[in-house]
Amino acid sequence: METAFHLLAAGVLVAAVAAMSLRHLVHCALCLVAVFAAAAGLFLTLGAEFLAFAQVLVYVGAISILIVFAMLLTRTRAVDMASLSVRPRVLGVTAAGAVAGFVIAAVLTSGALPEKAAAAPAVPVRDLGRELMTQQVPALLAVGLLLTAALLGAVVLALREPPAAPSGKEPRA
Amino acid sequence: MSPLERYLIVAALLFGIGLAGALTRRNAILVLAGIELMLTAVNLNLIAFGRYGGHAAPAAGQVFVLFVIAVAAAETAVGLALIIAWFRHRRTVQLDEADELRG
Amino acid sequence: MNGLAPQLWLVPALPLLAAGVLACLPRRACRLAAGLAIGALAVSLALSLAALAVTLAAPGPEGFRAVVNFPWLVWGEHTLHLGWVLDPLAAVMLVMVSLVGLLIFIYSVGYMAGDENFTRFFCFLSLFAGAMLAVVMANSLVLLFIAWELVGLASYLLIGFWFQKPAAAAAAKKAFLTTRVGDLGLFAGMLWLYAATGTVVFYDGGRGCLESAAVSTLAGRTVTAGLTLSAVISLLVLLGAAGKSGQFPLHVWLPDAMEGPTPVSALIHAATMVAAGVFLVARMFPIFAAAPPGATGTPPALQAVAWLGAGTAVFAALIAVAQTDIKRILAYSTVSQLGYMFLGLGVGGVAVGMFHLLTHAGFKALLFLGAGSVIHGCHGEQDIRRLGGLWRAQPITFATYAVGMMALAGVPLLFSGFWSKEEILHAALGWPVSRGPFWLALAGALLTAFYMTRQMVLVFFGPYRGGAAGAGAHDAAPPHESSPVMTVPLVLLAVGTVVLGFFGTPAWPALQAYLDPAHAAHFAPDLRRLFSAEVLKLMALSTAVVLTGLALGWWLYGRRPVTDPAAPDALELVQPGLFRLWREKFRVDEFYAATVVRWHAGWAALGDLLDRWCWGGLVWLVQGLALGLAWVSRLVDEMAVNSGFDAACARLVRAGRRVAGLSTGRLPGYLRGVAAGALALGLLLLWGGCR
Repeated sequence: METAFHLLAAGVLVAAVAAMSLRHLVHCALCLVAVFAAAAGLFLTLGAEFLAFAQVLVYVGAISILIVFAMLLTRTRAVDMASLSVRPRVLGVTAAGAVAGFVIAAVLTSGALPEKAAAAPAVPVRDLGRELMTQQVPALLAVGLLLTAALLGAVVLALREPPAAPSGKEPRA
Repeated sequence: MSPLERYLIVAALLFGIGLAGALTRRNAILVLAGIELMLTAVNLNLIAFGRYGGHAAPAAGQVFVLFVIAVAAAETAVGLALIIAWFRHRRTVQLDEADELRG
Repeated sequence: MNGLAPQLWLVPALPLLAAGVLACLPRRACRLAAGLAIGALAVSLALSLAALAVTLAAPGPEGFRAVVNFPWLVWGEHTLHLGWVLDPLAAVMLVMVSLVGLLIFIYSVGYMAGDENFTRFFCFLSLFAGAMLAVVMANSLVLLFIAWELVGLASYLLIGFWFQKPAAAAAAKKAFLTTRVGDLGLFAGMLWLYAATGTVVFYDGGRGCLESAAVSTLAGRTVTAGLTLSAVISLLVLLGAAGKSGQFPLHVWLPDAMEGPTPVSALIHAATMVAAGVFLVARMFPIFAAAPPGATGTPPALQAVAWLGAGTAVFAALIAVAQTDIKRILAYSTVSQLGYMFLGLGVGGVAVGMFHLLTHAGFKALLFLGAGSVIHGCHGEQDIRRLGGLWRAQPITFATYAVGMMALAGVPLLFSGFWSKEEILHAALGWPVSRGPFWLALAGALLTAFYMTRQMVLVFFGPYRGGAAGAGAHDAAPPHESSPVMTVPLVLLAVGTVVLGFFGTPAWPALQAYLDPAHAAHFAPDLRRLFSAEVLKLMALSTAVVLTGLALGWWLYGRRPVTDPAAPDALELVQPGLFRLWREKFRVDEFYAATVVRWHAGWAALGDLLDRWCWGGLVWLVQGLALGLAWVSRLVDEMAVNSGFDAACARLVRAGRRVAGLSTGRLPGYLRGVAAGALALGLLLLWGGCR
């Protein structure tokens, strides 16, 4: 278990760094896939099987593909985009590092976290389902609506506009 | 270091990496990707707490994560659609060239 | 009290109502206007005739008298009564005013036919008719005064009817102001009367101011110069009457009033309004005739009335001799005849004076309407030197005018003027105080016959001198007779002139008996009286005087017909100095202009100075203050308020702009903001004590 955790954790972090710093877009996308897969593995080690598979389905299967499609659709002449110049990059990294550092420091020095490593029993999918359908029904319905709206919105936004009117007005994207 | 702390640290680091990416990358899609990383870190956090948090409702964390995944998916879809639409208008996805909506 | 008396208020109310309605009508509603006015006055005439019948039917011991008094205004212990009196004096005046008024209304339909202000004319005429009837019927001196003033107003409006002519506007003003001077006297008399007797109501069941209790109170007190209070009040009232009736020295407005249309001259300044003065004296006669108990001789007030009348009669007749305007001659003749009426009142009492008033109303209206017909037929020509030979062109006018002229001159037997003048002469002859008025009256009769002959000859006989070049001859069209709507009233008046006389002959003095019932026995019909020595002698004397006047007139003017309008008057050739004096009206107007008018103008100039510099200065000061305040306010507003407000707004705008600068539209910046926020949150949580 420990080994799995360490391996997966290292994989996640390395892939994440790679995703965020590679110059070639598609390489970034592929590293993203690796990140998501490793995260799914971490979910498995935590006993959340359903969520692990959901992560794979949604993130790896849908979102990553979306990102790749978007990258393909928005290609321009210049293939690789340079990142920001040095100074903003350093600042950004520093800020992110500071945030991470603070959180880690908080975690390590906090006295609120439970000491014993007793793990709660794994939650079967049935309980998850029951919980969703009874206690969290409003939230479920709301998320359903949200997804519908997002789908419609995305379609509308990305719809290619009809060709210009005969009056000769320029198409506005 | 308890398992909880281990997972939390990993999540924190992942979060930081995602934030760094979102702050430094010029390509809008990669900024979105960084945001996805941050959300993944959050999910990890939630499940870890759900498993090792020591409270009465262990399923709460997972339910929460489910919702987060759903919302993240929706948000990514809309965001990417926006980027595509904007790309058609300006033929660029460079984030710092998007400054028309200013005061 | 029978049934008619309480309804008598309708008699003045209907014409006043008609005037009110007419005031609201548009200009082109001519036929409706004339119809309304004539209709209202016709109903008033019918009511007046009914009232006359009532008074004839049931005379009391002192004559019929029905009085309606009602309290109208009460304050403290004082009460103002309004109402009306119906007695022979009032009844006969009501009939006269409404009958003559009605005929003149009908005449005006023809005379004013082309005028664009036809409706306004009838409105004013109705106003006048209503007011005059109210004067006649008034039950108290206050109500009489109110109606008196209304009559003056109507006269002003009608004299100045063609106000675009400066002469007419000036004449209206002059009439109003001159009568105002007289009205001051009347007002003062009224106030004094109220103070002395506590009432101004004429007849009030024994408490009235004309009844014996009040009269003896007034006669008992002596005021100044041996005059009793009743005499002083009478003299003040006489001042008012003299103003309204154009007696010397307040006569100056009457000839100028001829600027008004001829129907106005006929109605107001011949028959009715100027008679109001005579009527006032007749109404107030008990006070005029009041004498302290045990006194002998004629009361001084009546003496004043008689002398004033006699003097004015001769004075005006002299002026009339030398006038050349057809209406001016008649105007001065009116002044003269009013003098006769006052003389009659003074020496003979109410009956004598009123008889002449009634006959004069008839024939003077006839003469004025005839003159109007002449003017109308000769296309506006009024100068008798440019008329002539009209007996052929205007036969009806000529005939009726002749009747009127003979009545005025006093041609015996057939004409009413003769009989009424006879009464006056008879009374003057028997006056115990002096024979002066009698001789003056005779002289006046001579002059009257003379100037009327002069006028007749120059207007109706000889060649027609009109249409000559010069003085803007309108058109050389020959004169024509007027339409029946104008000639029929002439004929009716002529008939009346003849008939009315027979009610007052010494053989059957019906009118006198009716008006003066206290001496009814004295006035019983008696044919023998007609042939008594004194009456016959007087008739012969007056006839001789009249014939002398007629002969003189014919001798000077009729023998050689006058052909040239510019030729000097025949009398002027004989007596140039006197003629010029008479023609210039004894220079009374000039005298007034040099004294009263100048004095008044001085005061007016002082008033103007005060107004311009004192009050005007004050106004200017206030204006300056207001402007200064406004300037300061503007300053405060601009500097303090506006700039303060503007500064605040500018600061707000700047701040807004700065805040708007935060939204750069650059996503990386926003993300950095998010990161900074997260950092801050982390710091807070870490060190905020959330362990």
